[in-house]
Amino acid sequence: MLAVLRRMLLLVALPAVLFGVWWVSTANSTNFYIPPLSDILRAFGRVWTVDRLRADVWPSVWRLAAGYALATVAGVALGVLIGRARRVAAVLEPVLEFFRAIPPPVLVPVIMLFAGFGNLMKVLVIVSGCVWPILLNTVAGVRAVDEVLADTCRSYGIVGPARLHHLILRSASPQIVTGMRQALSIGIILMVISEMFAASNGLGFTIVQFQRSFAIPDMWSGILVLGLLGIALSLLFRLFEYRVLAWYHGLRDASRQP
Amino acid sequence: MLDVRGVQKVYAGRRRQVEAIRDLTFTIAAGELVCLVGPSGCGKTTLLKCMAGLLTPTAGEVRLQGKKVTGPPPGTAVVFQEYGRSLFPWMSVRDNVELPLRQKVAKARRAALVDQALESVGLAGTQNAYPWQLSGGMQQRVAIARAVAYQPQVLLMDEPFAAVDAQTRADLEDLIRQLWHQLKVTILFVTHDIDEAVYLGQRVIVLSSSPTVVQEQLTVDLPDERDQLHTRSDPRFTQLRSHVYEQIQAAKQGSQVPPLLTA
Repeated sequence: MLAVLRRMLLLVALPAVLFGVWWVSTANSTNFYIPPLSDILRAFGRVWTVDRLRADVWPSVWRLAAGYALATVAGVALGVLIGRARRVAAVLEPVLEFFRAIPPPVLVPVIMLFAGFGNLMKVLVIVSGCVWPILLNTVAGVRAVDEVLADTCRSYGIVGPARLHHLILRSASPQIVTGMRQALSIGIILMVISEMFAASNGLGFTIVQFQRSFAIPDMWSGILVLGLLGIALSLLFRLFEYRVLAWYHGLRDASRQP
Repeated sequence: MLDVRGVQKVYAGRRRQVEAIRDLTFTIAAGELVCLVGPSGCGKTTLLKCMAGLLTPTAGEVRLQGKKVTGPPPGTAVVFQEYGRSLFPWMSVRDNVELPLRQKVAKARRAALVDQALESVGLAGTQNAYPWQLSGGMQQRVAIARAVAYQPQVLLMDEPFAAVDAQTRADLEDLIRQLWHQLKVTILFVTHDIDEAVYLGQRVIVLSSSPTVVQEQLTVDLPDERDQLHTRSDPRFTQLRSHVYEQIQAAKQGSQVPPLLTA
């Protein structure tokens, strides 16, 4: 019980301090662009109503989820293919290196040309950024499949889809999850950026709207929402990781203490 | 049952070729328990992989019940030395034992097979544990249970007890003898431990050092009932193990010791 309390305390200590510093240092601020935190919090309560959440946060989250899911499926599928087949890797790798070097925000106008201004464009922008860490980590994970385990599978006739599922994907799962974690933060950034270019709703759109109409406390409150969304997603991700990789953490702890 | 005919294996590297095995020929009859010993680095594992269909010999062939082995044959189970790397760390003990059965056995029968196999290796009650929660000896028992549940005709074991402590090792040796009696399975047991080879086998095949050929085939004329205490103090046991020891020492020098007279 005490241990849990201490961990909770450690968890919230720094955020609380930072919030305090922000509060105190802006308390008497007269700068139009840096309003007192109290103003921002008041704006927060006023702006982020349930209707607003439904109208602007929900579409953002939905697009992020779609893009992230697509990127995961594509990254893992392609990663398994490249990791398993040397020839495919030789053919694809130069092209992939080329695309990987292009920052996704640069692609926004290009994607807009053929995907329009709608959801498709935004989802594609998210995919174009999220797919890389997942792809590269999957390739590394698939290539590192243990030889003895692979021989075991072969000698017991575990081949085809069973092998893919039980051997390759599972043994690459720690790396895949690492890639997914990196992709999540990229996804959030691209979600906002794609909404800043051309959109009629979404978090990024709303924040830019507030900025352009000089509703500065409202703009700051939007940035707070973004941060909170980031925390929520990272907690969700941790839950997911805990479920999927329980064996991995157990194995690591077991091999640490001989 | 298992015919190894003129098997040669050469690993082709970028600059040089390594001849792991030169020319091996021997036969294992159905239901036999044969031990294969040889100096370290003589290609025991290579040979076992060729017999398991995991490697293709450069020359010669392995035949199982008259059929040439070109890939892992369905009735063969393999137990590897590295138990920590041959069990799936993301699966419970039960799932590890069950996985190879999924393609060929109905669900209800599978459960019974898994339970029986785990019980026969003395692991009843660990079904839900993960392999890494068990000791090394217990992990190797899981790997053996997996092989047992698979109901193989041939069981190939590659230095399975090289990484466990001496006491566990003695227990596992007795377990192998006991399972062999129960299941009437053909076993090839590869080891670098001379005592283990003589204690376990009906026959011991001694390999030379690389480039590897068969140095000697020796029938172990010890009584079928063996136990750690009496068998190991049997004068005949001592005689046999000394002979195998000399043979392996000679193998390292590239010479040979005349075969032992059988009683």
